[in-house]
Formats: sequence, C-alpha cells, structure tokens
Amino acid sequence: MSGVRVYVPCDAAALSVGADAVAAAIVEEAKRRDVAVKIIRNGSRGLLWLEPLVEVETPKGRVAYGPASARDVPGLFEADFLQGGAHRLGHGPTEEIPYLAGQKRLTFARVGVIDPLSPEEYCAYGGHDGLVRAVKLSPEEIVAEVTQSGLRGRGGAGFPTGIKWKTVLESPEQEKFICCNADEGDSGTFADRMVMEGDPFLLIEGMTIAGMAVGARHGFIYIRSEYPHAIATMRDAVSRAYALGWLGGDILGSARAFDLEVRVGAGAYVCGEETAMLESLEGKRGVVRAKPPLPALEGLFGRPTVINNVLTLTSVPIVLAKGASFYRDFGAGKSHGTQPFQLAGNIARGGLVELAFGVSLDTLVNEFGGGTASGRPLRAVQVGGPLGAYVPAEQLSLAADYESMAEAGAMLGHGGLVVFDDRVDMAKMARFAMDFCAVESCGKCTPCRIGSVRGREALDRIVAGERVEANLALLDDLCTLMTDGSLCALGGLTPLPVRSATKYFREDFVPAPAFERAS
Amino acid sequence: MTSPIGEAGRVRAIVGAHRSLRGALLPILHDIQHEFGFVSPSHVPLLADSLNLSQAEVHGVLSFYHDFRSRPPGRHVVKVCVAEACQARGCDDLVAHIKRRLKLDPGETGADGAFTLEAVYCLGNCALGPSAEIDGALHGRLDAQKFDEVLA
Repeated sequence: MSGVRVYVPCDAAALSVGADAVAAAIVEEAKRRDVAVKIIRNGSRGLLWLEPLVEVETPKGRVAYGPASARDVPGLFEADFLQGGAHRLGHGPTEEIPYLAGQKRLTFARVGVIDPLSPEEYCAYGGHDGLVRAVKLSPEEIVAEVTQSGLRGRGGAGFPTGIKWKTVLESPEQEKFICCNADEGDSGTFADRMVMEGDPFLLIEGMTIAGMAVGARHGFIYIRSEYPHAIATMRDAVSRAYALGWLGGDILGSARAFDLEVRVGAGAYVCGEETAMLESLEGKRGVVRAKPPLPALEGLFGRPTVINNVLTLTSVPIVLAKGASFYRDFGAGKSHGTQPFQLAGNIARGGLVELAFGVSLDTLVNEFGGGTASGRPLRAVQVGGPLGAYVPAEQLSLAADYESMAEAGAMLGHGGLVVFDDRVDMAKMARFAMDFCAVESCGKCTPCRIGSVRGREALDRIVAGERVEANLALLDDLCTLMTDGSLCALGGLTPLPVRSATKYFREDFVPAPAFERAS
Repeated sequence: MTSPIGEAGRVRAIVGAHRSLRGALLPILHDIQHEFGFVSPSHVPLLADSLNLSQAEVHGVLSFYHDFRSRPPGRHVVKVCVAEACQARGCDDLVAHIKRRLKLDPGETGADGAFTLEAVYCLGNCALGPSAEIDGALHGRLDAQKFDEVLA
C-alpha cells in the first residue's frame, strides 16, 4: 500500500506513553478523510521526552511532531501534518532538532530511522557492511582491527575488547561461545533495550563477527525478562537472519557457521555480572563464580567464552565497516569511540545521547537534558547505575570518560545518568543502595551478603539519630570491607553510592544542630 | 480445574520441547509459568527426574530468581518500579497510592485473588517514569490519576 509514510515508534518507552493508540488513531483518521498513509513502526529516536514522536516523510525530509496523543491526531490532520504543516507539537525536520543534530551517532545511527525488522532498510542504511568485510578477513585480522579501534567493554568495566577476543582466539579448544550480556538491570540505563528494539540486526551482525573472529560457532543473547519487547524483536530478527543466510551453517557463502539463541533472565540483577550470567545460562542459580579462571579461558559450559555487553557488540560492525582508525579518532585519552549516554530521572529532556567520550556531565545534563524536569535546583547525578557514585552539582564539569570518572572516585558504568533535584534525601538513597544489594546479592560471599544487611542497619540507626558519628565510622569501615572483600561488583561497588552520599551530602546524615553548613 | 494428571502431561510436554537445549531449566520454568501462571512445587520432582537433577537443585533455581512464583498470582499483576530513576521522578507517591488503592503491600496477592502487587527494580523506562507494568503492558509518566485510569 502506498501513501505518505508516517513513523510511529514501537519502542517500549514510546508504547508506555501511548504510541499504539496514536498509530491506531492516525489510521482511523486517515480512513475517515480518505487519504492514504503508510504507518511504519520504527525504533525510538531517543528524544524520549517527546514520545510518542510521530514523524512524517515529506519532500524536505522527515518532520517531527510530539509528544502526540491519540486526541491530538485530528488536529494534526487539520494542520496538514502529512505535508509537514505547522502545529503546536511540531519540531520541524527531525534531523535538525538540536538534541539530535548535536550528537555523534555511530552505534545508534539507524535506531529510530528504520523499520527495525526490515533487512532491506538495514542494508540500505549501511548495515551489514561490517560482516561483508569480516568474511574476507582472517580471524587474526578481525581481532587486530578491533584491538586497534580501541574499543573497550561498554558494560562498565572498560576492558579492551580486542584483548579479550585474542585470548579466546588463541585457545586451542574446539568449542567456544559468544555471550551477549543484555541483562541491563541498572536503573537509568536503557541503551541496550533501545538498540535491540530499534536495530536488532546490528547486534546479530556484531555477534556473528565476534564468532568469526574467535572461532566460536554458537552465541547466546541473555536478555532480562523485564524487556519483553526487546526479547520479541530479537527473536524475530534472529529467525529472519537465518532465512537470509546471515546466520546458520554458511554465512554469506563463507563456509563459516554461526548459530544464535535468545535466552531470557528471570529477574535477578546479579545475572548482569558475567559469571553469574554464565551460571544462569547453564540453568543454575545465578551465583557468581570466583575468578580465575577467566571466562575467556573457562566460560560457558567450561569452554572459552567471549562475554560482551550489547553496546560493545553493536559497536563492532562499524569498526569493521569503516576501519579501526575511523572509530579510534573519536573520544578522549584512552577512551576511544562514542558512548551512548542515557539521561534519566528528574530531567527535562530525558533520552539517549550518543557522543564521543570526554563530554562533560554538565553538557549532558544541562545542555542536552535541559536541567531538572521539576525546574528545581539540581542536587545530585548518579552516574553508572545503582553501583555508581552520586556526583554533586558542583562537580558536573567532570568529563565522562573511563579515566576521568575513575580519578574522581566515580565510574561511568553503562553510561546512565540519573538526575535528582533538591528534594532528594541522600540518606534514603544510601540506605536504598545497601537494601538493593541485600535483596539482589547472590549470597556467595559474606562481605556482600551480610555486609549489605549490616550497612542497611547502620544507616537506619544513623537516620534515627542514634550515635550518628560512631555509626558513620562503622558504615565507612564496612564499606572498606565490602570494597576489598567482595567477589564481584555488586558487593564491591555498592559502597560507591553510599560513600559518595556520606561524603558530599553529609548534612543529610547528621542531625541539623550538629552540622553546620559549609557555605 | 485441570486434573493433576493433565497438568503433569502439560509439564512433560514443555520439558520435551526443550530437551535438546543446553541449560534448559530456565526456559522450561519460564514456559511452565507462562502456562500455569506459577510454578507449583508439586512439579519439582517431575522436573528433577526429567532433567537428571536433584530436587534440591530445581528448588534452588526456582527460589533464586525473583520472577518465578510458587503460588498463583492475582487475576491482575501490577509491577511498579521503585529503582533510583523512578524515585527521582516521584514514584514514592505513586507506590503509596497503589498500596492504598489495592490494599496490598509489594509481594502480596489479595485474598480475593484480584491483584498481585510487586515492586521491581527498573523496567528500562527511566526517562519517562514513574513506570509500572500492568498485566504485561508497560506504562510511563504514571501518577495516581493515570494509574486509576489504567485500572478502570
């Protein structure tokens, strides 16, 4: 069916605010007016505060309207939006919206642009080029390209991807695996979800290249159960990829094989830790393994395994397509390439902002994000999820790259920024961090399992005004123990939000008379 | 109500459909929960036997993961996000309203079997919170009034 092409996202965030109803209303209104429209369900552009964001393809390019509700639809037709007509919800050409125009989209180049499940559109917009090049290269050459690109693990730890791949490549074992960690459990992060829902073939391509690079012929995508739309889209894309010969026994006629399976988590945050994820994939309790052995040597079912985050694997195709130096030239210091930052929480313009590493938190939160949604003063930004530090408003000049954040005692993690206004109670947030750890601990190591419970109790005493200084000292001691003694990042990094809260927001912990404001 | 024999047959069919998978227990448990709404402890011996695991191993997996229920849920399931980003957007007020409205605390199912309320950490809708998943559908920009509209 022909007609004006109208894009209404099928991304979960857009659906959560009524995108389906908007799409249905457009179809109905078009029928009533006897005009032909073709609805395309794209991913989200990542301008989430404008969702549902409706785009119309006009001779001048795509024109955006949002946030649209079903009630707005007759008015949009009245304003002749199918020709790009003016309307109070109009934002002009989508690509010229400053939020989008100011970004450097490499990984997210197609997200929100194409129909996620159309292989034709995927290829028309540069998809598949990485795999086409990879099949012509030897495994060593692919690994060298990824190493030279400077690509580092986007899951949070920032380990060089090429070095991890090289370890697996050099293993003499016959059976190897590629595991994609799509257990994106950090509050304030949604980039994995958006790319899986908006450009699923990209992840398949990245994992297939990884398989070719290290000699693995089987891959798993472990997606958290809280992402039903991403699971459905990935499963659909995987079956289409098989039909196209992009997966299976003879990829692009190269005689190389790669099989891919989608597996679903079951609501355990700790399964985002790579070894707990392996246990879960094996059908066991998601209990963290002691390292060594590294998963690259003994991973899934005891075999050498590449475990990479969604954003790492979805950065691989462009590295292959455009070459290592193209990718490497973005970024700052040892943080090469781009990072899809996620602006969340109490922020006026929440969404996805992909930029080269090194941009300041201030630029992200204020220039892109427009400050708080409430209009009240910004007090804290939690960077990097529930295990990330609370950065006070005075320190927003910090550069968002691995090294700068680490130097400041914070971490970039998965690139999520959660903004809080001046109504936040930081003692409550510190207690929440300990409580979260207590609920989600896998229970294997004592510092995490018991430490988090004791930490929560200490914070309850502090909030109750009970021997505050002594309990703060105890809490700090406990944090040292958890940091040094925990097996994985859950227990090991929970002290980060707790300590940043007690350090920068001490007035929230100490009873008012005992504390004199510094300023 | 389905007879116990019929239930066992359905469980066997689910196990059979996944037998070729490596690490099949989680996919099997997901399918059983999808079929029955929960995973009855009475299925544990059958699962253990079919997968050559001990009953303790199956129970261990079942009890480890927050998703798996050992009792039937209410006819409607409300999962409200209580993670940091939704807190920053005021989910505390929403949660208080839901608790009052449903007369339930998180983790509870009403005696009339109408609702189950669960508090969850993050639905991936962190720019458009407060968020909740109601009967499988994700809702963003929620407040007390919109929540009531969804239930209406």
